[in-house]
Amino acid sequence: MEINATLLGQMIAFGIFVWFTMKFVWPNVSKAMQARQDNISDGLAAAERGRKELDTANEKADEILQEARKKAGEIIDKANKRSNEVIEEAKSTARAEGERQLAAAQAQIEQELNQAKSELREQVVTLAITGATRVLEREVDAKAHNDLLSDLAKQL
Amino acid sequence: MSENSGGVTYYINHHLTHWSIGEGFWTLHADSLIVSVLLGSLFCWIFWMASRKATEGVPGGLQNFVEMMIDGMNKITKDTFHGHNPLAAPLALTLFCWIFLMNLMDLVPIDLAPETMHAMGWDYFKILPTVNMNVTFGLSLSVLALIIIYSIHYKGVKGYLHELFFHPFNHWSLAPFNFALNFVELFAKPVSLSLRLFGNLYAAELIFILIATLTLSYGIFEVFTSIGGIALLIGQIILATIWAIFHILVIPLQAFIFMMLSLVYLSMAAESH
Repeated sequence: MEINATLLGQMIAFGIFVWFTMKFVWPNVSKAMQARQDNISDGLAAAERGRKELDTANEKADEILQEARKKAGEIIDKANKRSNEVIEEAKSTARAEGERQLAAAQAQIEQELNQAKSELREQVVTLAITGATRVLEREVDAKAHNDLLSDLAKQL
Repeated sequence: MSENSGGVTYYINHHLTHWSIGEGFWTLHADSLIVSVLLGSLFCWIFWMASRKATEGVPGGLQNFVEMMIDGMNKITKDTFHGHNPLAAPLALTLFCWIFLMNLMDLVPIDLAPETMHAMGWDYFKILPTVNMNVTFGLSLSVLALIIIYSIHYKGVKGYLHELFFHPFNHWSLAPFNFALNFVELFAKPVSLSLRLFGNLYAAELIFILIATLTLSYGIFEVFTSIGGIALLIGQIILATIWAIFHILVIPLQAFIFMMLSLVYLSMAAESH
């Protein structure tokens, strides 16, 4: 096995192949791989971000829900209180109205009673006059004794 | 019998002879050169095709393979070679793929290339380039040149010379001894690299040839008609199969060892002691 110029040819070929690989193969593939790696890490970061945002949104939703629940409770309390108030008010109004009506009825009764009394009195006067007239058998001058009669009626 | 052994000797010699062009040192082993350049071009073409269409999206089959190779080489280089070097990883990839493809020619049936080329008018054609010491030395001397270039690049001419003369024993009186030591160390690297590859593949090829000579004394009809011929044929097929399967392991292994050691040598050259 002799050493000859094949060796030089081989060295030259080797150099060319290495140069070719370094110049034309390596950069493109490396670039593509790097770009993909960046894409993937970006995607992962975005996913992470999304997860965090979801967490905050959930927290916020919880907060809002709690607040809403609290508000609803307050509103119900208020409504209960208001209804109690309304009931109390209605009760007192009804009571006052009842008392008022009772007073009115009593007043009317009183008035009617008075009226009946005065009517009765007048009738008694008339009856008395008629009686007196029949007793005296003569006409009493109504006009002359009017004052006396009305005085008498008042005393009844 | 003597005629038979003469036939075997001729057969082996024929299979181990290169197709040579020219005289003396300027002889070219055309078969080794053509096959190795074709295989190297094939490697470059495949990788170039993949790199031209390289997308950052979902890679196809070829791109996937190429990316796997490149990523692997990047990792190996990063592990071995401290500090950034744009040449180291492509160099390792080229070394591995090229040597792998050249070794792969070992699995081409040994009679195929010589007989085909003989039929076309060539006397000798050896398809396996890595059994040619010129080829393996061509690779390893290139690595040696890179070792020296790296040493000078990373340490400067002065630093490198200082290391050559004063490295193991830092005393001026021992400078010649140091230099002899370093010289041997430096040149042992390419010699061991190339002889390892050459020796493995040469032995493998020789054993393939020897297995092939089992049935050489029989004619094409006698092999199938005589009991001895059939027995030898079966033995030959079994042996050749086992040896070929074993070589599926050896082929990438030798390519990997060559690449790995070259990287180690280069990283040693780049580091200061």
